[in-house]
Amino acid sequence: MMPTIVFGVLSVIIIGFALAMVLSKNLVHSAIFMAATFVGVAGIYLTLSAGFLAAVQILIYVGAISILMVFGVMLTRRGDISASNLFNKRIISGVVVSAALFIILGRLILTSEWFPSSFSVPESTVGPIADLMMNAYVIPFETAALILLAAMVGAIILAKGARRTR
Amino acid sequence: MDNIFINIAGWIRDFIAGFGLSEGLVYLAMVLVKFVAVLVFVLLNVVFLVYMERRVAGFFQERLGPNRVGPQGIFQLVMDILKLLSKEDIVPAGADKLVYKTAAYVIFVPTMLVYMVIPFGKGMNVIDLNMGLFYILAVSSLTTLIIFMAGWGSRNKYSLIGGMRAVAQMVSYEIPFVFSFLGVIMLTGSLKLSTIVEAQQDVWFIVLQPIAFIIFLIAGNAEINRGPFDLPEGEQELVAGYHTEYTAGRFAMFYMAEYANLLAMAAIGTTVFLGGWHGPWLPGWLWFFIKMYILVFGQMWVRWTFPRIRIDHMMHFNWKVLLPISLANILVTGIGIKAYEMLRTMGWW
Repeated sequence: MMPTIVFGVLSVIIIGFALAMVLSKNLVHSAIFMAATFVGVAGIYLTLSAGFLAAVQILIYVGAISILMVFGVMLTRRGDISASNLFNKRIISGVVVSAALFIILGRLILTSEWFPSSFSVPESTVGPIADLMMNAYVIPFETAALILLAAMVGAIILAKGARRTR
Repeated sequence: MDNIFINIAGWIRDFIAGFGLSEGLVYLAMVLVKFVAVLVFVLLNVVFLVYMERRVAGFFQERLGPNRVGPQGIFQLVMDILKLLSKEDIVPAGADKLVYKTAAYVIFVPTMLVYMVIPFGKGMNVIDLNMGLFYILAVSSLTTLIIFMAGWGSRNKYSLIGGMRAVAQMVSYEIPFVFSFLGVIMLTGSLKLSTIVEAQQDVWFIVLQPIAFIIFLIAGNAEINRGPFDLPEGEQELVAGYHTEYTAGRFAMFYMAEYANLLAMAAIGTTVFLGGWHGPWLPGWLWFFIKMYILVFGQMWVRWTFPRIRIDHMMHFNWKVLLPISLANILVTGIGIKAYEMLRTMGWW
């Protein structure tokens, strides 16, 4: 009973803030609403006994929102920030795409068979995650790190190259 | 003496359980009681810390500081807060009102969330989380967003530059700040704060991880935006940075949050590096308190001794000095742990 209530409250919070984020015309407001949405998602992780994932969600996603806001402000070329996140006029195609996505996802969720796991949640989830990352999946883990490093080097070269052409 | 607060908590628990509530409700009520206790503790300390900072500043600058209200001026901040609360609350006409107001309301939240897991003594924490240290890092990163909200919402050039600087500084210094804890985590093999303190029974981690402790002090100082890293509010160029436009009660919130953050940083340092509640003769919570205030005094000493660092030097120092040193510290710690284990298995230790 209790988890259902918590899930319902969190869902209302998440969907409400997500709608506010999409409907807001101010880029900075959108970013703040997005941070609130991510906090709600972290709450969902907590109800699933995934405390570590919830903390990662807060640290990485909510923490990085401030960076996103700075970029949003710096890259906005409009004089008035309160009209920086505008709507476009393609209402029909938007409705079609989102309705199709909604129907497909809903149908998949309703028709698929769910297998509730019989495993109980370990006392501490941090140790098993570290074990998986550093033993069984160390190569994908390191590959992801390499890809991120390459992306970072690329970004630095792009930023530096723009300066060289003065 | 050692268990005085635990016994008080036990009495309150028995009292609440006397109403015939269910187990979960009693637990919830106890969390609430402990939260209020920590909140009162933090606010009282903030009142004292502001007074202490002004007296310490006076001492370092060869003047007296506040010494008129009450004995030695101890009630100065009470008067200041009353004055601030009775002043007119001005919201700038051009401000982004929602963001401007929200920032002042929530600035205290991350700080209070950090205090929830700090063990003030043996068994004296609100919640003993399994990943306490990681939780602290996660919630304290929220402060960056709130400070940027304050700087942005004010719609003032100086505030905005202050907010931008806060983001650049706090996000950069968060990396060596996190890495400074990794050595300790590798030594204990746990993120649980009570386990980390238990592991310092014989030797404090400041002895085993001296470089990490220095990195923690520097990066922690930058994380809470105190001098010499107070660039987000550098007076000579930005008036007061991100809180330039705040007045009255809202300004008081920012002012108090700064000192609550200072105390939180000292509490984290005490827990992770200075052995928490361990110490001879005196009760554990008193040791924690003494160590915490030694760290606070150190931070104040630094603030009133060093001049403000320049912004490009600040970034350079973080990325080219602190980060490599903290990475090297992790490497050396790992090798050290392995070598120690090897020597033990060979029976040489």
